[in-house]
Amino acid sequence: MANVIIDGIKASVPDGSTILQAANQVGVRIPTLCYHPDQSIKANCRVCVCEVEGNRLLQAACAIPVFDGMVIKTRSPKVIEARKTILELILANHPQDCLNCIRNGNCELQELAEEYCIRENPFEYKVRGFAKDFSTPSLFRDPDKCVLCRRCIEACSVIQSVNALGLQNRGHHSMVVPTMGGNLIDSPCVMCGQCIHACPVGAIGEVEGINDFLAAVADPDKIVVTQIAPAVRLAISEEIGMETGAMSMETFVTGLRQVGFDHVLHTNFTADLTILEEGNELLKRVKEGGTLPMFTSCSPGWINFCETFYPDLLDNLSTCKSPQQMFGSLVKTYWAEKMGVDPSRIYSVSIMPCVAKKFEASRPEMNASGYRDVDLVLTTREVGRLFRMSGLDFSKLPGSNFDSWMGAYTGAAVIFGASGGVMEAALRTVYEVVTGNTLEDVNFTGIRGFDGIKEAEVDLNGLVVKVAIAHSLSNARKLMDQVRAGESPYHFIEIMACPGGCIGGGGQPITKRNAKRIERIDAIYLEDEGLPIRKSHENPEVKQIYEDFLQEPLGHKSHELLHTHYHDKHKTVL
Amino acid sequence: MDYKEIIAKFADKPGGLIESYHALLKEFSYLPEEAIVEAAKVFKMSTAEAYGVATFYSMFSVKSRGKYVIRICESAPCHIAGAAEVVAAMEKELGIKMGESTADGRFTLEFTECVGQCQATPVITVNGKPYLDVNAAKIPAILAECK
Amino acid sequence: MAEEMRIVLRNYGKVDPLNIDTYLAQGGYKGLEKARSMGTADLIADVKKANLRGRGGAGFNCGMKWSFAASAQADQKYVICNADEGEPGTYKDRLIMENDPQTLIEGMAICAYAIGATKGFIYLRGEYPFLVDTLNTAIAQAKDKGLLKDFDLEVRSGAGAYVCGEETALIESIEGKRGEPRFKPPFPPNIGLWGKPTIVNNVETFANVPVIVEKGGDWYAAIGDKAYPGTKVFTLTGDVNNRTFFEVPTNLTIRQLIYDFGGGIRDGKKFKAVQIGGTSGGFIPESLLDTCIAFDSMSAIGATLGSGATFVMDETRDIVDIITRIAGFFEHESCGKCAPCREGTARVAELMEKINEGHGSAKDTTLLNKLGTVMSYSCLCGLGQAAPAPVLTTIKHFEADYAAKFK
Repeated sequence: MANVIIDGIKASVPDGSTILQAANQVGVRIPTLCYHPDQSIKANCRVCVCEVEGNRLLQAACAIPVFDGMVIKTRSPKVIEARKTILELILANHPQDCLNCIRNGNCELQELAEEYCIRENPFEYKVRGFAKDFSTPSLFRDPDKCVLCRRCIEACSVIQSVNALGLQNRGHHSMVVPTMGGNLIDSPCVMCGQCIHACPVGAIGEVEGINDFLAAVADPDKIVVTQIAPAVRLAISEEIGMETGAMSMETFVTGLRQVGFDHVLHTNFTADLTILEEGNELLKRVKEGGTLPMFTSCSPGWINFCETFYPDLLDNLSTCKSPQQMFGSLVKTYWAEKMGVDPSRIYSVSIMPCVAKKFEASRPEMNASGYRDVDLVLTTREVGRLFRMSGLDFSKLPGSNFDSWMGAYTGAAVIFGASGGVMEAALRTVYEVVTGNTLEDVNFTGIRGFDGIKEAEVDLNGLVVKVAIAHSLSNARKLMDQVRAGESPYHFIEIMACPGGCIGGGGQPITKRNAKRIERIDAIYLEDEGLPIRKSHENPEVKQIYEDFLQEPLGHKSHELLHTHYHDKHKTVL
Repeated sequence: MDYKEIIAKFADKPGGLIESYHALLKEFSYLPEEAIVEAAKVFKMSTAEAYGVATFYSMFSVKSRGKYVIRICESAPCHIAGAAEVVAAMEKELGIKMGESTADGRFTLEFTECVGQCQATPVITVNGKPYLDVNAAKIPAILAECK
Repeated sequence: MAEEMRIVLRNYGKVDPLNIDTYLAQGGYKGLEKARSMGTADLIADVKKANLRGRGGAGFNCGMKWSFAASAQADQKYVICNADEGEPGTYKDRLIMENDPQTLIEGMAICAYAIGATKGFIYLRGEYPFLVDTLNTAIAQAKDKGLLKDFDLEVRSGAGAYVCGEETALIESIEGKRGEPRFKPPFPPNIGLWGKPTIVNNVETFANVPVIVEKGGDWYAAIGDKAYPGTKVFTLTGDVNNRTFFEVPTNLTIRQLIYDFGGGIRDGKKFKAVQIGGTSGGFIPESLLDTCIAFDSMSAIGATLGSGATFVMDETRDIVDIITRIAGFFEHESCGKCAPCREGTARVAELMEKINEGHGSAKDTTLLNKLGTVMSYSCLCGLGQAAPAPVLTTIKHFEADYAAKFK
């Protein structure tokens, strides 16, 4: 243990603690910018510098370990002046764009400028003049706003192992750029959007669809229909100042109607449907010697990753579309039929925790309905903006129910949002299909949680199925390399591009720590527990759609509407 | 030699990327994109990282340059000794400005900071070879050496 | 009249750099032989006693540094020679490597033995490509004679980045990465090249080592200044008559250096200022010329001994213009990793240009003072910390020169 004094407060901290950790322990808050609790220490912004007695140089609190007897001042005049000057320097080349910026009100630089009362800047305001990059349908870059904290590079290279982002040039010509200094669309970017969460400012963000949505709502000819992904409800509350999971599903539905959706349906319906299709596909491959292990295919960031880095393993991917895309092709066929509406009038919007879904919806082959299956994808953050725009008080809104035909769902669908959830949902159904027995305890707790790679073995009356689950693409890579080497022992692998699964997706409320992802994961399993039906094949609307429309899993109609194919996206700049 | 062969020579050197870049420079005068991609593979780093290294160091360039890269020192000792006159004379002689290359692909003009020959300022280098006590009168002879 | 004393340059002109036998004939490798007969603890203690302080500019006690690496536990350790010599006005290390590479190699081999390293690198700045063959030949000859034993030495080139003179940036560069400094602690003797204990010392530092070991730490500690003993190689540039190099004991004064060795100001002009230690050194006015050149006495006047580059300016020189060029140097050489240096060096250059072009005012020098002061204790590494020194010292000592350019 080391005994230190911070701003006159005595603290006893474990050896090797940084000044920042010691300060946290005694409730002294030191401002930071490049520091990220789930990433390596960078110490490049110098905002967290503090005075340490006996040293002329100020010390970066995030990086420097304490020694026994260290006397630290976090707010001396020397420190305040240094921090202010550093902030002034950063602000002097930062676009004065707050009112128009996607991170207005949720920006670490804004917070610091406010805390340090930066009213005037002695340095001449001069932006760097980089062009914005709107080359992908999912995310944009605004390099002039970059503060060079490098958190996005670590998210992209270490956590996701995609390496689409890197540094260019030196000194004040430095910039974070996609590979070889080109645009994102020409880089290996898989559009997972983890860089958005890492970015403290508005240098990277989602491509917004709010104006398109408002135009559709205003168009009397359009029937605006929405599907909501399972990871959205528990997080949308965070966008309007409520606790994680605090908004009930019923008030969420009312809120969506209030902002202009004509019909509110649920992606969970097609998540249950996916289980029927994918579960049967797995069993078919097992019985007939098809390509194994089979990979799940509902995470578009993961699909992009597979197409880019492992195009030789595309046959391992399930041919099932994601629940979003299954929904899209059904809403303009089955649902339109059931509702007696002209499908050409349907404007199909999905609300997703994901930015890669915007790309997925735009994939040319996603038009099985005869129209664009999904017209617009809005992220949880964008719906948050719509709610804030609406001024609705969610503590007072009455609840309402989903619309019919594609609004019912089970607990198995809900857990799709957490890493391990798709696998657990699949096992709940596959177990009963193969053994013919009822699964009494539907909880497969062994494959839940935040471990990067999880595995399990399930005995289905003699048929032993080995499964693995990975979240974050760096963990996916480990399983993929094993498959490529012909050494994979698994039958079925669930891969989610984002840490924690969709609850940590690129479109979620800006997520600054893994602790928040874990909190959302807990909320999802709580929701599952509270539902009356927890197995996908027991969803009455799923039974209905097979009866009335699809006939059987993997049948002709399913193949036409619910299955897809993939592309080799191997790029030379890997 | 092709760029893959050049890079392969350094494959067993831990951190040998920069050595391979120097070797590529001798052959091509700059670092072509394909070479950076290949070097990244060989040294087991991402292309983004290899590109970050290529653009960090003053001696490297990712844009094509002339066969002879002439670098004129502008650090303080050369600055006061008359570097500006050398620059003007060189620009006039070659018909290009600092940072540009001649149309025939022979010469590129760049600034450099101190090259450690301060006993004989002003100093220029041509493909790394120092020329000392340079003045306007000496430039034609220096350029004539570059075939 | 003070005299040169050649320890580091003892063999200058007396040996053929491409023929190791000439070095041996001058008594070369006796130091290494003696070192190997000593226990490593005794060897390090003697180097420590010599009080040899780093000659690259940081001035840290060499023996003490070695003791940290020696006591670190690891399966591999490294000895690195910092031959990046990027400091404008400095070419002393080139002189040593061009004329007597074996003294460097011997010094590194002694260090390797002391700390238990079997692998070494000479990080040679990219601007000295003509020395690659010289060093490789010298290393091969030493190896062939069996002098290096299990110490494997390799040359690696820099590629034009002044910041790679900073030891951790240099290490990053050898690792094949951008030359961006690491925060310290941890320090290289504990966690350095590829995470292993590493000693990084300057060429001139290593060049002293064979003689120190041969003649003993006490002998060395008695030379020159007590707190910074031994000799220092100075390279004189600018407006002196003798624009050349000298190796002198460290108890000289600046005045002696410029007038006795430098031959005074050329063309009969008057002295105006001298910048010692490199381009981040303070500008020293006439009034402080009797300061001793040793490390600590220079620090006391807000100046630096640094690399020993001595840049003399006469009365005709436009100080503000020179500072503007120096500010441009740092803007160019900042690695860009930390915000106060990346942005600060650019802003310093911008403000200096403004003043130099006649558009500045006292507001700008006030801002420069504040910015420079904040940089000097907030930046991540020595480059950003030292870059403001020329600006700050000239605003202090040459206020009139600035005022003369105000609009």
